[in-house]
Amino acid sequence: MPGFAFFIAEDQTSVTSAEPLVEISGLHFSYDQKPVLAGIDMVFPRGKLIAIMGGSGCGKTTLLRLIGGQLSPSSGAVRVSGQEVHKMGQSGLYALRRRMGMLFQFGALFTDISVFDNVAFALREHTDLPEELIRDLVLMKLNAVGLRGACDLMPNELSGGMARRVALARAIALDPMLMMYDEPFTGLDPISLGVIGQLIRRLNDALGATSVMVTHDIQETMLIVDYIYFMSAGRVVAEGTPDEIRASTDPFVHQFVHAEADGPVRFHYPAPDLEQSLLGAASGGRA
Amino acid sequence: MNRLKAILTALGHGITERLWRLGFAARFFFLLLVHSGQTFSRPRLLLREIWFSGVLSLVIILVSGLFVGLVLGLQGYETLQRYGSSEALGILVALSLVRELGPVVAALLFASRAGSAVTAEIGLMKATEQLKAMDMMAVNPIARVVAPRFWGGVISMPLLAALFSAVGVFGGYLIGVVFIGVDEGSFWSQMQASVDFRTDIMNGIIKSFVFGIAVALIAVFEGYDSIPTAEGVSRAITRTVVTSALAILALDFVLTSFMFRGL
Ligand SMILES: Nc1ncnc2c1ncn2[C@@H]1O[C@H](COP(=O)(O)OP(=O)(O)O)[C@@H](O)[C@H]1O
Ligand SMILES: [Mg+2]
Repeated sequence: MPGFAFFIAEDQTSVTSAEPLVEISGLHFSYDQKPVLAGIDMVFPRGKLIAIMGGSGCGKTTLLRLIGGQLSPSSGAVRVSGQEVHKMGQSGLYALRRRMGMLFQFGALFTDISVFDNVAFALREHTDLPEELIRDLVLMKLNAVGLRGACDLMPNELSGGMARRVALARAIALDPMLMMYDEPFTGLDPISLGVIGQLIRRLNDALGATSVMVTHDIQETMLIVDYIYFMSAGRVVAEGTPDEIRASTDPFVHQFVHAEADGPVRFHYPAPDLEQSLLGAASGGRA
Repeated sequence: MNRLKAILTALGHGITERLWRLGFAARFFFLLLVHSGQTFSRPRLLLREIWFSGVLSLVIILVSGLFVGLVLGLQGYETLQRYGSSEALGILVALSLVRELGPVVAALLFASRAGSAVTAEIGLMKATEQLKAMDMMAVNPIARVVAPRFWGGVISMPLLAALFSAVGVFGGYLIGVVFIGVDEGSFWSQMQASVDFRTDIMNGIIKSFVFGIAVALIAVFEGYDSIPTAEGVSRAITRTVVTSALAILALDFVLTSFMFRGL
């Protein structure tokens, strides 16, 4: 994939430095009064593919949005490339985001423009490249995800797996140094799932990027990532390389790896005792 | 007693919530103006929105204008001929349209045709995370999505109102002169003599311009501020149409009372 070297030239010097690309320290965050993250510490070394795993609603998407600067933490810091994300002004943040790519949980393709224009969007907004060059770049990105032939389709004509891949092509359009994937595997059949997993790994290595992947598909994740963080109740509860995770005796990791319904992670959303709720309802509703 | 307290609490909540929203809207309007540069430096963005809100509203505006003109012709003639002044029909039709019906009815139609579409579009983009995605791509959604739609509406509105009036006058002419047989010469000459450019036409244009700002702002704000679900977007669309209609009629009263005070 020769096209990938296109924008990363400026990045070459920093790729070799030992400093990690992303450092998260003591990160706390709440929506209104509801605490979501309660002290997260993570380090993403350059060039690695990192997975963040945890049950639905444990704050994974929130964490990605904090890294991208779309939310502000109540305390703690996120440093990307040495710069503290939440101390930057709007223009600094936008300059940083040009070098980040995010794959949204549901693709978030622009529905009013074609697949081609979706992938070309960032190139047209941020560069003055002539249209022929944009065309070549877009087709190269689409080729990398195997959808060059779909460039004239509209987003509503795509299947779920195809839409995910187009969103992926769009996210890598500017050859980001940091890629973030929000549940890239949900809703995909096993074949598309494997395809996307391999793509994520290949793109990370070809771009010389660093990637973070939020997911709960443990099997696929173990095959492709370099390092895994497990989150629960807003904290990191376990971490390690896939081999370390397999060997782990930690009850949380065990529950997750073996997909058990109840364990340290409760099946129930916190609620009053069932019997009490039912009796309460019978005697005149909530207090 | 408890009931009273509950009612007062609800009232208080309602009022503070409205005030908050008004504050949000003011802040939003300010941001919109700050980020309007791109709209005018990239005319294609603006032209696209003028096409969507202006050109696609043309049919309903022209057809409605024609019917309103036809009705004005009939009703006007019916009343005027009782006083033997049916040749003043041209004045009546033109003044009613240029001063009032053109700006007001065109704005009401515009709010339900284009305003609702803009709210739906922005609301759905929000609900499907397109706005967040754009923001993550370092493209400001207010500059790229909201501002062009706002200005597209502001520019289209006076043009549509003018067309509405023009077609309406033609409708009045059709009924009055062609079907009923009012004298054609006096129809046009009386109209020309009595419709003043500054007090009538300019004031009509100012009105439609103000209505355009109101409708376009309400439409983009409701979309941008909608709750990002199917139900939230549908409620936002309803609010656009209702709030716009009220705003147009209230503003019309205020503007009219300033403009035609001496008459
Ligand atoms: N915009 C929001 N306002 C209030 N609460 C939210 C919002 N978004 C998410 N939450 C809550 O924050 C928690 C974490 O959400 P999220 O980060 O989306 O979880 P995950 O991606 O791990 O499934 C959830 O309990 C969710 O209910
Ligand atoms: Mg999520």
